[in-house]
Amino acid sequence: MAIDTRVNLGGLEMATPLTTASGTFGYGTEYLGAVDYSCLGAATVKGVRMSPWPGNQMPRHVEVPGGLVNAIGLQGPGIDEFLSHYVPLYREKLCGLPMIVNIWGGSIEEYAEVAARLDAAAAAASGAFAVECNVSCPNVKAGGHTFGQDPEVLRCLVGEVRKATRLPLVVKLAPNVPDVRPYVRACEDGGADAISLINTIPAMVIDVEARRPVLANRTGGLSGRAVHPVAVKAVWDAARATSLPILAMGGVYEAKDALEFLLAGATAVAIGTAVFSNPGVVREVHDGIIDYCRRHGFDSVRELKGAMLQ
Amino acid sequence: MIDETTTVASHCEMGAGYRLLVLNAPGMAAETRPGQFVHVKVPTLEASALRRPFSVFDASGQDGTVTVLYKTVGRGTAALNTVKPGDAVQVEGPLGRGFPTECNGTALLVGGGYGVAPLHFLARRLRTKTTLFVGARTASDLLALDRFAALGVETKVATNDGSAGEKGFVTAPLDREIARLRGAGEAFELFTCGPDGLLKAVSERAVSLGVPGWISVDRHMVCGVGACFACIQRTVGGNARCCIDGPVFPAKELIWQ
Repeated sequence: MAIDTRVNLGGLEMATPLTTASGTFGYGTEYLGAVDYSCLGAATVKGVRMSPWPGNQMPRHVEVPGGLVNAIGLQGPGIDEFLSHYVPLYREKLCGLPMIVNIWGGSIEEYAEVAARLDAAAAAASGAFAVECNVSCPNVKAGGHTFGQDPEVLRCLVGEVRKATRLPLVVKLAPNVPDVRPYVRACEDGGADAISLINTIPAMVIDVEARRPVLANRTGGLSGRAVHPVAVKAVWDAARATSLPILAMGGVYEAKDALEFLLAGATAVAIGTAVFSNPGVVREVHDGIIDYCRRHGFDSVRELKGAMLQ
Repeated sequence: MIDETTTVASHCEMGAGYRLLVLNAPGMAAETRPGQFVHVKVPTLEASALRRPFSVFDASGQDGTVTVLYKTVGRGTAALNTVKPGDAVQVEGPLGRGFPTECNGTALLVGGGYGVAPLHFLARRLRTKTTLFVGARTASDLLALDRFAALGVETKVATNDGSAGEKGFVTAPLDREIARLRGAGEAFELFTCGPDGLLKAVSERAVSLGVPGWISVDRHMVCGVGACFACIQRTVGGNARCCIDGPVFPAKELIWQ
C-alpha cells in the first residue's frame, strides 16, 4: 500500500512533508535538473522585503567543521521584481508546487505591507502560497532579532501581518533564546498558522594569521550538520508549548534527521544547507521517510507527528 | 544543468602543485561551453563538505569527457589530489555563463596563473586568429603552453621573476600588441581569467578603448547555481551572482573596488 505523504501546514496543503529552507534555494527554480522536485511539498524562497536590498559585503560565507557560517545579509530584488519576474518564472517551471515566501522588513509596517502585496498577488495567481515571516535572521540589524527577541514585539508584529494577509502564516523563530516557548505563544496569540524553526545560530570565525574576522559582516549564522541536535530540542520544546503545526529545519542531511523532527512533533521539514553538497538529498530524505513508515507500520506520514515514545 | 555521477578517466600531475583531471561525463560534456564551470563533490572529503567549483579546461562531446586544470590551494583541492582513475565523482554542470565564441577580429586571451584553464577551452572553439598572453609568478606556474601551441595559438609570456618570457606583468606585452593592432586599424576583443588585479587591468583597457572585454571572475562559491547569493561581484546592475550571472561578465558591467 502506498504511504500517504500529504500534510497540512497551517492551511497549506503539501503533497509531501518536505520543503526547502529559505536562503538556500534561491527563488525556487535554480535547482531544476539536479533536485527531484516531485519529492517536495512546497519550495520556500529567499527573503523578500519592499525595496531591493544589496546584502552584505564579501566574503559572505566560510565552511567550518560540521557546517557553514554565512552572512549573506538578505540580498534581494524587492517585492515588485519578485512578483513581476520570480513568481511567474516559478509558476511557469514548477506549476502548482506550493510556494512559501519568506518575508522581512525594517519595521512592523513593512512586514505587513509585503504580506499585503503577496496576499493580493496570490489571489490573482495560480497555485498555493504561504508566508513565512523571518524574525530571526542574525545577519541584518532590522528584521533580525529586533523583532524576534521580545515576545511582546513579536506578538504585535505577527498580529499586524495577520491583518494584512489571509495566506497561511508561518513565523520563523531563532534558536538563540533561553526558552523558545514564550515566542511560540506570542506567535499563537498574534494569529500565526504555523511556526518554523530554527534559523541559523549566531556564529563567528576569525582568521588568526590575519587577526581579522573571516566574514565581511564579522559575524554570521551557523547552519549544517552541527546545528541539528539544537534544532531537534527547539522543535520538541515548541511542540509541547503549542498546537500550531511546526515546520522544522536545521541540519537535515538524511532521512533520519527529518524523522527526528517529525517524531519530536513537527508537521513538515525543510532541507537547506545539505542541498549545496548534494541536491539528491531531497529524493533520499523523501524515500527514506516512506521506507521508515513501511518498516514501522505507519500508513501516513501524519502519524509520525509527535510519535516519539516518552 | 545536471548532477552527474562521473568517473575519473585520468588524473595527471603537471608539476608545481597543478593537476589535470579528466572526467568521463557523457551527460554534460556535449553541452559544456568555454568559460562555464563544474561543481565537484570531492569524494575524499566528508559527505557534507561543500562542492568545489572548477572552470572547464576542455570538454569533448565526442569523447564524453570534461577536463579541469586545478592548483592545490586548500583542503578541498588537497583531498581531490587522491582521487584515482575509475573513482566515481559527483559533478553538477555545466554551470554559469561562459565566453562568447564569436569574436570580431583578433582574440586576445589574457591568463594569469591557472586562469589559463578556461582560455584553453575557449581557444579550441574560437575560429578567429588568437593570441594568448600569460602572466605567472615564475616559470613553473606556466601551464599547458604546449596545448595552446598545438591549437596554433601564438603565446606571449611574462613572469614576475623573469624566469620565463619577459620580466614583469603580462599587461606590458598585451599593451604593445593592442597598440600595434590599433595602429594597423585591426579589430580585436579581450578575454581574460586570473587574479582580480589582472581582471581589473584588462577590464579597464577594454572599457577605455571601447572594445568588447570578457572577464571571467573567480570567487569562492557555495551552491554554484544562483540559489545562495554567496559569490557576489559588484556590477552596474547591483550585486551579481558569479555562478549564474557570470562567471564571465562583459567588462563594461563590472565595478571594481
